[in-house]
Amino acid sequence: MATLIAPEHTSAVEDAEKLQKACKGWGTDEKAIISVLGHRNAVQRKQIRLAYEDLYQEDLIKRLESELSGDFEKAVYRWILDPADRDAVLANVAIKKLSPDHHVIVEISCTRSPEELLVVRRAYQARYKHSLEEDVAAHTKGDTRKLLVALVSAFRYDGEEINTRVANSEAKILHEAVKDKEFNHEEIIRILSTRSKMQLMATFNRYRDDHGTTITKNLEGDSGDEFLKTLRPTIRCLNDPKKYFEKVLRNSIRRVGTDEDALTRVIVTRAEKDLKDVKELYYKRNSVPLDQAVAKDTTGDYKALLLTLLGKED
Amino acid sequence: MALPVDIEALDKAFSGIGVDEKSLISILTNSNEEHKRSLRKGSSKLFIEDENGFERWDQSSIKILKHQFNRFRDAVVLSLLHPWERDARLIEKAIRKGPKHYNVIVEVACTRSSDQLLGARKAYHSLFHHSIEEHLTHIKGRERKLLVALVSAYRYEGTGVNEDVAKSEAQILYEAINNGDKNKLLDHEDAIMILATRSKQHLQALYRHYSQSYGKTLAQDLEGEGILKDTVECLCTPQTYFTRVLEAAVKEDADEESKRALTRVIVTQKEQLVQEGFVPNKIQDILLGLYKDFLLASIASGDIK
Repeated sequence: MATLIAPEHTSAVEDAEKLQKACKGWGTDEKAIISVLGHRNAVQRKQIRLAYEDLYQEDLIKRLESELSGDFEKAVYRWILDPADRDAVLANVAIKKLSPDHHVIVEISCTRSPEELLVVRRAYQARYKHSLEEDVAAHTKGDTRKLLVALVSAFRYDGEEINTRVANSEAKILHEAVKDKEFNHEEIIRILSTRSKMQLMATFNRYRDDHGTTITKNLEGDSGDEFLKTLRPTIRCLNDPKKYFEKVLRNSIRRVGTDEDALTRVIVTRAEKDLKDVKELYYKRNSVPLDQAVAKDTTGDYKALLLTLLGKED
Repeated sequence: MALPVDIEALDKAFSGIGVDEKSLISILTNSNEEHKRSLRKGSSKLFIEDENGFERWDQSSIKILKHQFNRFRDAVVLSLLHPWERDARLIEKAIRKGPKHYNVIVEVACTRSSDQLLGARKAYHSLFHHSIEEHLTHIKGRERKLLVALVSAYRYEGTGVNEDVAKSEAQILYEAINNGDKNKLLDHEDAIMILATRSKQHLQALYRHYSQSYGKTLAQDLEGEGILKDTVECLCTPQTYFTRVLEAAVKEDADEESKRALTRVIVTQKEQLVQEGFVPNKIQDILLGLYKDFLLASIASGDIK
């Protein structure tokens, strides 16, 4: 369930005017920006951008970029984009880092629906004049590259059918691979990047039933291996995305110095999806409400925006 | 008694690609039992003499006839299908039928636009309840990696090529082909990445650099490499690929699979055929009947949008 609180009927023109007023003159009224944008869904935000362009012949995003700064600006920028465009930007940022953030690419390719991922690929091409898989291939190497390219290129069947025979045999293959620590990367990549999500869940369940422990537990420990570092989030995202997001949030807050990029990314990308469920998981796991943890670890307008997206009533 | 000319006409009606329906109607409806008997006796291709002395239908001829009569049907069906369903079915059939048919998978994956290929993938989900990549799992051979990569591509289709990168990637391919183990080409990760992820524009630039740098074309260097050569041709010089396929179809000793390519290529490529003009002239003579009418009319109307 989503955490975003957005009224059903809004006026894009009124919203655009409010935002323009907030940016006019000296200083910026960040609270006004948060109170408008923090309560609009993707469709409404898009309409606001169009209305703003229409009224003021200016790109609202560019305007906000120039008015705002720091973590708040980054968060607003990501929030205001169309979901697919946003994912494209996140992917590009992750790829172009000196040490690419593989887990972000995994996150995007494995937690979005097959259709959503297609739209992301299209948005990526429109923005960066390359295909997503091209850029991933050019900035990674070895088996990690094979896995990542396969994941971003996948167009998984979206149906509910499960083949128990296949679940059985592939659970075995995965177990062989994990147990021997000599990962047959080809087979792992094949299974994880081609099977439907339902089929994979059946496989992971079978694995757990046969071996008494989840596959993710079996992968813990070794941190050296590059491939493993990408494999783990892959399996986590495919197996239980909400649990995965809870972990990312937990780690982003726990660190000495918050990992704002991760915090922003998860909250912004899940606020309209399943952030509520992730919050519940967080509370169960940490005995502290997520809102409270975020409030403790962040400040100012950035904090205000995050809390708004987390569903704080104004 | 059937005239020799009738016997010849009967044979001829079945001796091209397609069937001369008109000729068959005029011969057979005008023949009484005696005529037909001598037709059977005289036709060396279709009938053989049985131990009991009657003119028995030759088993292998029946098979061939079935193919011949089905050509028009197949052309009609292929032509009517939504292109996405059409391409999905072509791929599914090719996977099922085995290695000799993998070029069809390459053909569809590499000669359609990015959105058309995506559409085919969607149609495949609806029709077969699996993704193409999943079904390709069934392929045990070394072609699998390349095929999965090719069908998964969503290539950028804009202009703008980095010539330096194209040149250096041409070198990577050159070294993979000439310095490495040619048998291992299908396992060469970099080569597969380049072929499967780069835009067609980029690959065409790469193709040019290859010829300039090494004095031979990339396709020439891949002579004998089956689907690797098909891949390069489909991406960089599709007209060469289609010409080759069509000429193989109308050759004297063409097998059934090669002949089937006629329907597939002409129906799916008719716009390009008109513009590029790579239909062999032989087609006029070798096609027969309604099948011929259909294909020729398809080509003629190819530029109707």
